[in-house]
Amino acid sequence: MLEVSGLIKRFGGFTAVSNVSFQVGQGEILGLIGPNGSGKSTIFNMLSGTLAPTAGTIRFLGHEIGGLPPYRIINQGIGRTFQIPRPFKRLSIFENVALAGYYGQGQPSRTKAYDAAERALSLVGLPIDRNTMIGGLGAAGLKKLELAKALATQPRLLLADESLGGLDEHEMDQAADMLRRIRAELGITIIWVEHIMGVLMRVVDRVMVLDHGEKIAEGLPSEVSADPRVIEVYLGTDATAVQAAAAERQ
Amino acid sequence: MNKALPWIVGAAMIALPFVYSAPYPMHLMIVVLIWSFAYTSWSVMGRFGLVSLGHGGFMGVGAYGTALLWNHLGLTPWIGIPISMVMAVALALVVAYPCSRFRITGHYFALVTLALSAIVLQVATASRDLTGGSLGYTPERVQGGGNILAFQFESKISWYFVALGFWALGLLIRWWVDRSMIAYALEAIAEDEDAAGAAGVNVTAEKLKITALSAAMTAAAGGVYCQYQMFISPDTVSGISVSLQMVFAAVVGGIYVLPGPTVGAIITILLAEGLRIFFGTGALGYDNLVYGTLLVVFIIFLPQGLVGAAWNKLTGARQTA
Repeated sequence: MLEVSGLIKRFGGFTAVSNVSFQVGQGEILGLIGPNGSGKSTIFNMLSGTLAPTAGTIRFLGHEIGGLPPYRIINQGIGRTFQIPRPFKRLSIFENVALAGYYGQGQPSRTKAYDAAERALSLVGLPIDRNTMIGGLGAAGLKKLELAKALATQPRLLLADESLGGLDEHEMDQAADMLRRIRAELGITIIWVEHIMGVLMRVVDRVMVLDHGEKIAEGLPSEVSADPRVIEVYLGTDATAVQAAAAERQ
Repeated sequence: MNKALPWIVGAAMIALPFVYSAPYPMHLMIVVLIWSFAYTSWSVMGRFGLVSLGHGGFMGVGAYGTALLWNHLGLTPWIGIPISMVMAVALALVVAYPCSRFRITGHYFALVTLALSAIVLQVATASRDLTGGSLGYTPERVQGGGNILAFQFESKISWYFVALGFWALGLLIRWWVDRSMIAYALEAIAEDEDAAGAAGVNVTAEKLKITALSAAMTAAAGGVYCQYQMFISPDTVSGISVSLQMVFAAVVGGIYVLPGPTVGAIITILLAEGLRIFFGTGALGYDNLVYGTLLVVFIIFLPQGLVGAAWNKLTGARQTA
């Protein structure tokens, strides 16, 4: 579904992403992990059009999308959430999602956008009335809103950026279940960037590990969490716990 | 009551000249309506955080374009105004496109547009042979005083209805914009351009659309103003003071509510007229002083404007989750 090859992003003399290639198959959940500054968000920004790649190709459903503006990439079926939720505070919860439903689907009828918004809001469990403002939403609520916005664009591939930061354990499990449901019920392929390894390892099909902009490992959660290089640069003393989580994977 | 109010006000305004049509109040009403149309046009984009100080420029293009096309090419304002609107849109896009591409927003956007009104003022003043420079310019009158084809009317009552029509059209356009999906997109852009892009909004296209609409409406107001006054000068229809006056009136009335700019026009024009009557020519320019002071006070204490604040009091703000 998504084929990335030789992806490079330089900012001046600094290479944030260096020659990264990977593929994501239809219906897969790929986990993308790595220390801070390893290039995860930069890859996401290139996949979603916020940044243009310096070199390399990004093919989605057979079309090259590298360097296209965000709105065109969304209209081709790639939705994203932001690491830090970026709601529109002057719009109501419903309007936030309806906006994404309208523009993210290439401006269909208003009814279609509203339908998409209602479906996305019910799926994530937020109120679907037209006027509730976002002021009272906590961290978990804002993450849900972020997800609903991305879902309302009717993506075929969802880029979920560190969706669990700031949540308690119960909320994390709920969110992980949500991603599973999104794939199971809507058939959406997911790339998930996440810091909290335990939860990620239980959900994803495959993991890719980045360090200093380079891919250092890729494979099943159990393989990757046992990889000495990954343990060295990233997992460190948590390795045992993460390996246990990977073993628990359903 | 809320639904009926616009119709009652509309009916009252249509009935007014049949009941009462003394020339001076009529004149004030016409001027208020034309400027209300201009201020509403400004607010169409201004309410989304696109604070333009260049609208005096669009007004000037509308006014001078209409008059020059009439005097030199004999083009009726019915065609001249649309042509001037197209010219204003072209000018708006020349400024707005690079602003959007290079992410010039907020204060910097206001500064760039400020240059636009200064440029139009300079061009109108400097092209003395064509525009009469700072002495002003007059469209040629048709024989007999009034002629629909020439967009010249003799009676104040006819003018009142022309101004009323443009004003109502301006409100209708803004009402429509405020209720369309474009309004959501522009609210989103005003808050966070990247997040709006991630929601699928083509940020540049949406900004250019609203800027073009606002510029076109403002140019139309300039054309109508020119036809009514039959005299324009660089200072009265273009330039920074006109731009500032638009911002001031819209902010005082309230940019987030439909009747805000109209109430702003009533206040500013009555203020200017009041100062003129009470202090005579000795008070020339005092209105600008008062505007400036009030603008600061309003932005600090009543950013919703008079109508906006009253509206919030009456209806209560929207509830939060």
